[in-house]
Amino acid sequence: MATVAISAEREHYLNKEYGIRSWLLTTDHKRIALLYLISITFFFFVGGFFALLIRLELLTPAGDLVQADTYNKLFTMHGQVMIFFFLIPSIPAVLGNFLVPLMIGAKDLAFPRINLLSWYLYVIAGVIYVHCILTGGVDTGWTFYTPFSTAFSNTRVIEAGIAIFIAGFSSILTGLNFVVTIHRMRAPGMTWSRLPLFIWAHYATSIIQLLGTPVLAITLLLVVFERAFNLGIFDPTRGGDPLLFQHLFWFYSHPAVYIMILPAMAVESEVVACFTRKRIFGYNFVAMSSIAIAVFGFLVWAHHMFVAGISLYSALIFSILSYLVAVPSAIKVFNWTATMYKGSISFTTPMLYAFGFIGLFTMGGLTGLFLACLGVDVHVHDTYFVIAHFHYIMVGGAVMGYLGGMHFWWPKISGRMYPESWGRLAALLVFAGFNLTFFPQFILGYMGMPRRYWQYPPEFQVLNVLSTAGSTILAVGYVLPMIYFLWSMRYGKIAPDNPWGAAGLEWKTTSPPPTFNFEEAPEVTWEAYNYEEIPAPAEVSVER
Amino acid sequence: MFDNFPLWPVRASAGAGNIDALYIFLVALSALMCAAIFTMILVFATKYRQRRGVEAEQIEGSSALEITWSIIPLGIFMVIFLWGAVIYFHERTPPQGASEVYVVAKQWMWKLQHQEGQREINELHVPVGRDVRLIMTSQDVIHSFYVPAFRIKQDVLPGRYTTAWFRATKPGVYHLFCSQYCGTMHSGMIGQVVVMEPAQYQAWLSGGGTTGSLAASGESLFQQLGCPTCHRSDTQGRGPNLVGIFGKPVQLEDGRTVVADENYIRESILSPSAKIVSGFKPIMPVFQGLVGEEQLNALVAYIKSLSPAPSGAAGKPSPAPVGTSSQNPKE
Amino acid sequence: MSDSPIAVEQHGPELLHHFVDAEQQRDAATLGMWLFLATEIMFFGGMFCAYLIYRFWYYDEFAAGSRSLDITLGTINTAVLICSSLTVALGVRAAQMGKRKLLVILLSLTIVFGLAFLGIKGAEWYDKYTEHHIPGNSFNVDDLVRNYPQLHIDPRHEQIYFSLYFAMTGLHALHMIIGVGLFVFLTYYAWKGRYTPKYYTPVEMGGLYWHFVDIVWIYLFPLLYLIDRHR
Repeated sequence: MATVAISAEREHYLNKEYGIRSWLLTTDHKRIALLYLISITFFFFVGGFFALLIRLELLTPAGDLVQADTYNKLFTMHGQVMIFFFLIPSIPAVLGNFLVPLMIGAKDLAFPRINLLSWYLYVIAGVIYVHCILTGGVDTGWTFYTPFSTAFSNTRVIEAGIAIFIAGFSSILTGLNFVVTIHRMRAPGMTWSRLPLFIWAHYATSIIQLLGTPVLAITLLLVVFERAFNLGIFDPTRGGDPLLFQHLFWFYSHPAVYIMILPAMAVESEVVACFTRKRIFGYNFVAMSSIAIAVFGFLVWAHHMFVAGISLYSALIFSILSYLVAVPSAIKVFNWTATMYKGSISFTTPMLYAFGFIGLFTMGGLTGLFLACLGVDVHVHDTYFVIAHFHYIMVGGAVMGYLGGMHFWWPKISGRMYPESWGRLAALLVFAGFNLTFFPQFILGYMGMPRRYWQYPPEFQVLNVLSTAGSTILAVGYVLPMIYFLWSMRYGKIAPDNPWGAAGLEWKTTSPPPTFNFEEAPEVTWEAYNYEEIPAPAEVSVER
Repeated sequence: MFDNFPLWPVRASAGAGNIDALYIFLVALSALMCAAIFTMILVFATKYRQRRGVEAEQIEGSSALEITWSIIPLGIFMVIFLWGAVIYFHERTPPQGASEVYVVAKQWMWKLQHQEGQREINELHVPVGRDVRLIMTSQDVIHSFYVPAFRIKQDVLPGRYTTAWFRATKPGVYHLFCSQYCGTMHSGMIGQVVVMEPAQYQAWLSGGGTTGSLAASGESLFQQLGCPTCHRSDTQGRGPNLVGIFGKPVQLEDGRTVVADENYIRESILSPSAKIVSGFKPIMPVFQGLVGEEQLNALVAYIKSLSPAPSGAAGKPSPAPVGTSSQNPKE
Repeated sequence: MSDSPIAVEQHGPELLHHFVDAEQQRDAATLGMWLFLATEIMFFGGMFCAYLIYRFWYYDEFAAGSRSLDITLGTINTAVLICSSLTVALGVRAAQMGKRKLLVILLSLTIVFGLAFLGIKGAEWYDKYTEHHIPGNSFNVDDLVRNYPQLHIDPRHEQIYFSLYFAMTGLHALHMIIGVGLFVFLTYYAWKGRYTPKYYTPVEMGGLYWHFVDIVWIYLFPLLYLIDRHR
């Protein structure tokens, strides 16, 4: 990475050593974060490409762009790539890896070599999955339901299962590293109640990664064994129960969605605090709500199975628990909103993403109430209503959180400012494109269009066309940051240590930070979000 | 609804209205919440935008506010839960006396058998105003029977029966979708439900060529397979007398008592050693692989017809022991 | 620039630069290993969950399958593993006391026990192979149906028992192999003198892992071998 334009005198983590070996064998959490950034961006565009093909096919009711089998592979691989190779790592592996040690005043994570190992596991998993794509792909749906995946699919299920299994270990190791780091490596004076909410949310995320992912691992392994060795654990003709697979699968995959959203909430807290120049309203409640989400998130998995054949009583229990888990998320939204009261608000790119996040996450979360509701769920389960719901949360929520975070911490990571007006433009395009893509899908779903449909009855076409139109705008909004972030690394304005006037230990060191993060080990004597002591920066300069 | 831009499918079943009412309530509630939050954000963003010389006011929080905005939503959520639970309970409890249709799903078509003997593929004719209970199973992978106009959906599993029920209220033709991904032509596993006036339905029934009622074909199969050898209609047989057992409790030799519902009968044919009736020996041969799903349906219908109570007495089949799929899906 | 003044102290090469002191490093390693074991519990837990459900449904088939296992070999294996945990625990103590030779002996013994376990397990699997109890096309349990007339055995459900048997013992054996590999490294470094009373964390962590694998077996043994044996 050429960093010639950055002040050559000062040494920092980017220019300390050059050469591919210094990157591939690094144990510096900041460099590992960038390694992850490159790999997940690659997979984001792979998954995005599949999404575009899906939306193009759905422009017309007939299946005329690709064959049915191809379409089935497209939605399967779109889901698997986006979830396992983009969303689950994204914020924790990029922003978390970069910021957790900085925010708590440590020199690195607890286990730097395990951190590097987790990236290599991710890459190996990614290579295997890419090989799977190139040699025929997989068509089981991202959910691998049995007995279709074990006994009927003719695609590369074993390879996809193994790839995701390995990626799971990458996730587990990241979570392990964070929990130990947060427990054992906080700087003197950094008590639990002084931790940034970003750390609390990543802590909760890591607990889920640690306890949930192994269950997915064993479940996928059993599917792989069944296909490879003809075991019969899920085979109904031998007495196996396909519903057992679903329970085991969702036991992880529901908490997984909290792995995807909690880090975005982490970013949201930091960005809102900074650009309202205030401590987050209700710090304790926001911190505890992260923990509550992690705990309750493990108790609701069978709300994905209300029509699967579970008993009436199971359904009642899981429905009521699902309403309980909605409460802590609502609390966060109220607290972020309340933070804006009597704040001093500026509308930088990260803050625009933050506004978008609150809006879209609120909408997505509210539609979760529809799905938790037994009576309504019977009608909308497995329709485009569900697709719209989870895209509002995962794209409108998690991806916007990720992009907002990338913009917020880009000066710290790269030592450069991104061009602000392009940033705002991209944020608006993403917001507009997103809504146009996914809002029509709520209506489509309630009208009865099932998901995973290659062809559909003609009355659903208009809404599908709107959705596809939106996706093209969304795509532009995503490509822009790629371009201007790269541009900024050479031509961007040099960033000061704290361009936003933000609170947090990461802003007390240079941009970019030195390899060991701090010139002197910090000692914390102040509360988090001490904005009353931090002067607001001059007006953020708008780059060309 | 709005003819040019409908927001929901036509309401063609007795339950559809209730579900739409709850849906509209949820939409209104969500719209209200969004409006409230978005308005507040808009107001705050304008009123408290960064201005020279004006500092932000550091506010720690307010426990009272936190508790309020936790309890109130929780209360509203409980209301939604209860309302939805009542609807769901009603949906999963078929009424007594419903007429029955057996459904066999396979990649990639729906096969339906009426009690009267009519067989249909990808189409289901029903009369308006009659309770219809669907008894469904799959020959291969998991499918799902979805009729948006009726607001019903139920996954159809291999190896056991699942049920759904509806009462059509409006004549017309409505989409039937498979809504559980099942392979290549999942999106082609589309059919229609044709709801007719009772008179027309009678005409349709007598029109097609049928080989007699489902129970009648079940009876002839029962004879063909040699079942009466042991299952005599007295107490001398080596197997239990099947007259009048449907829907009643059965005492097993390990002490358990189970209800003789569809899944019990199905399991007894495919895997007889799983539940031995008290006082009998485990000598019944295994019919797994010897009878197909549709034949099983006919046998079940026949045995039910030997009981005086109206069909559907059991309400819904108890959770089935699995492993009673009648074919090897790898063929 | 590099190490802050606090961290520049007299310490061996084992103290990694990002830790403040040896105690922090040891605490971090310990917490990390316990968390990792928690993930392993969740991993095996999925299989135990499947086991419990199918055992409840197909008790007779599980009983027959269990009786077809060689209880003598299973018991010997259990004893072997318990002994190996003893040698591990004694090894940690030896490291604490700085007794290098004893440590090397104990670690080597642990490896021997581990290999013995794997060998016996291999023999048991081979028995299953000759008895046609491996799920798949040549699966045949006519012998069980014959030997246990009082049990109602459906051969298809019997496959489930053996599928779980192989999955569970197989994954356990895999963890044993990894453990043996770990201990080979530990033994080598112990022989080289790397572990001292001041720094024996890897031995301790390896020991924790080994104990965990042992405990998993302590659960597997009764669940797989001892069903219905009282009759």
